[in-house]
Amino acid sequence: MQNPYLPYPVRIDEIITETEDKSLKTFKFVFLNPADEEKFVYESGQFGELSIPGQGEIPIGIASSPAEKGFIKFTVFKTGKVTSYLHAMKEGEIMGVRGPLGHPFPWKTLEGKNIVIIGGGFAFTTLRSSIISILDPANRSKFKDIHVIYGARSPGMLLYKDELSAWAQRDDINMHITVDGTDDPDWKYLTGFVPTITEQKAPPGSDDTYAIICGPPIMIKFTQPVLDNLGYSYDNIIMSLENRMKCGIGICGRCNIGKEFVCKDGPVFTLSQLNEMPKEY
Amino acid sequence: MKLIKIDQQSWAAGIEKVKSDYRVFGPVKEKNDHEFKLLEQNEMPDVNCQNTRLSPKSIIYPQSQVMFTYSLDESKDDCRIMKEVENVKSPMAIIGVRPCDALAFPIVRRNFDSPEYQDTYWIKAYEATTFVGLACNSACGTCFCTSAGTGPFGEEGLDVLMIADGDDLYAKSITAKGESFIQAAGWTTEAESAVDSKIDELKTAAESSINSSVATDKIKNKTILELYDAPFWEEEAFACINCGTCTYVCPTCWCFDVQDETHGKSGIRMRNWDSCMFPLFTHHASGHNPRNVKYERLRQRFMHKLKYYVDKYDNGIQCVGCGRCIRLCPVNIDIRKICYKMNSFDAESCVCEATSS
Repeated sequence: MQNPYLPYPVRIDEIITETEDKSLKTFKFVFLNPADEEKFVYESGQFGELSIPGQGEIPIGIASSPAEKGFIKFTVFKTGKVTSYLHAMKEGEIMGVRGPLGHPFPWKTLEGKNIVIIGGGFAFTTLRSSIISILDPANRSKFKDIHVIYGARSPGMLLYKDELSAWAQRDDINMHITVDGTDDPDWKYLTGFVPTITEQKAPPGSDDTYAIICGPPIMIKFTQPVLDNLGYSYDNIIMSLENRMKCGIGICGRCNIGKEFVCKDGPVFTLSQLNEMPKEY
Repeated sequence: MKLIKIDQQSWAAGIEKVKSDYRVFGPVKEKNDHEFKLLEQNEMPDVNCQNTRLSPKSIIYPQSQVMFTYSLDESKDDCRIMKEVENVKSPMAIIGVRPCDALAFPIVRRNFDSPEYQDTYWIKAYEATTFVGLACNSACGTCFCTSAGTGPFGEEGLDVLMIADGDDLYAKSITAKGESFIQAAGWTTEAESAVDSKIDELKTAAESSINSSVATDKIKNKTILELYDAPFWEEEAFACINCGTCTYVCPTCWCFDVQDETHGKSGIRMRNWDSCMFPLFTHHASGHNPRNVKYERLRQRFMHKLKYYVDKYDNGIQCVGCGRCIRLCPVNIDIRKICYKMNSFDAESCVCEATSS
């Protein structure tokens, strides 16, 4: 019997400060034991528990893609006890990771489909993982048109800026990068809130078109009616939720929404599933 | 299954004898109540105890339990690497478990031992334990086990069921574990066959002494949202002080928190019983709380036991009818009343703000 609470020891290989306000950093971890990496088999949309002895554990979406080998990446917003401590840690230090946890985005269902990825603020981490996976030469032909609508408050608050501009150069993905507002004369992408850009840029809804949305509640609230107008059915709108967690494996009891646990039964749910559930998130 | 008769003398001798093979727990008088304790030499379980203040839950699932140890000493190779605490369990026996408390273990097991994840701490303790039950000959006023999936002579969750008749005890082994326990105690005297009808009489009398019940038959047919949006939650929660007593005394409440405690350069990661009554239980780091108001937390407790669990496992309610939460709630919140309201709630005919808008 394997102890599901035991973290794999990892070394912080690299720390990248992502945003101009330094509130978001990406941590690249390398497993101390290569055998643990082999056990950490994940798909885009899953999360892990970052475990810092003496501080605690935090559930964070996996930002790297299974197409990237030799490491795993997590982008962490500095907000509470563990994340503040993590932000002060240095490259080379040892900590732990448990996972992968939860369900990924429904990749089998998404094969052969158009996908519009809609993200806002720092909820772009598992979406980055998804884009890397989709664009992997081994996978790209499995999907039809890919649209990405990603917005942040300002250019300096966008995550993964180098990758965004590289994707924007490609012809096999339609990038719609936007900011709420900017006075930067060199800003070459869009200006406007995510719901507005979605209205203008997202493909119309159809049986073959799926939307994946991750973002702050206010963005989701205003994007959903836009998708309704575009003809997206609730089964074709996929969301990823967050709740306070401890165990991450459906045992400790706190992250439930009705009878579903966000950790074990989610964090990915379709809008039709969410409509049957209480709004306890 | 053959019935073993245990007279007073062989009872005492048998309990002493099994202590060499098992760590033996039983109800012991503590101040005004009884509690399950590890029995020392010559200490006997009190079989006259109606029931203990707390169920034997904590023997399998301690209120605080060390999961890992760690070092923060940078000069050590294992600095910041979690190490499992030794988790080898020697055989344990719990004597005098009432059938309601016994049923709680298979209920809780569905949470700790799922096809996907096995909670090694709970499972190892559970598997090392022999549950020696004691049938109830008379019920408390708050008991409703017969409508909560068991009864005063219920056997589910037990390895042995004992029945008291005057000064004598009768023991029936239910599982191979139970058989081994009876052998280890050296109890071999088979009861006369006439005892069977006497036991049936005791059982019938015990069942008829239970005068409260819950109806749960209609809960499954209502949707989660119908019950969640029912108009009675705020009223039911009005007196609640979110003290968490109901959770701590409940044999089937299983939620826990995980905390790290550091002393100098070493520390432990431990888990502690937690309660959905507490605001921090669901409080996000951002400050947002999906169950911010007390009626939402009270609703969670009863919806979990009487609806979410029912829908998830299709195996009855997550309540064994022991009545502890009813007896010990400082503001008299009664699960039987709330269960009645949930079961009889009709969203269609309810003309109220919550459903008519």
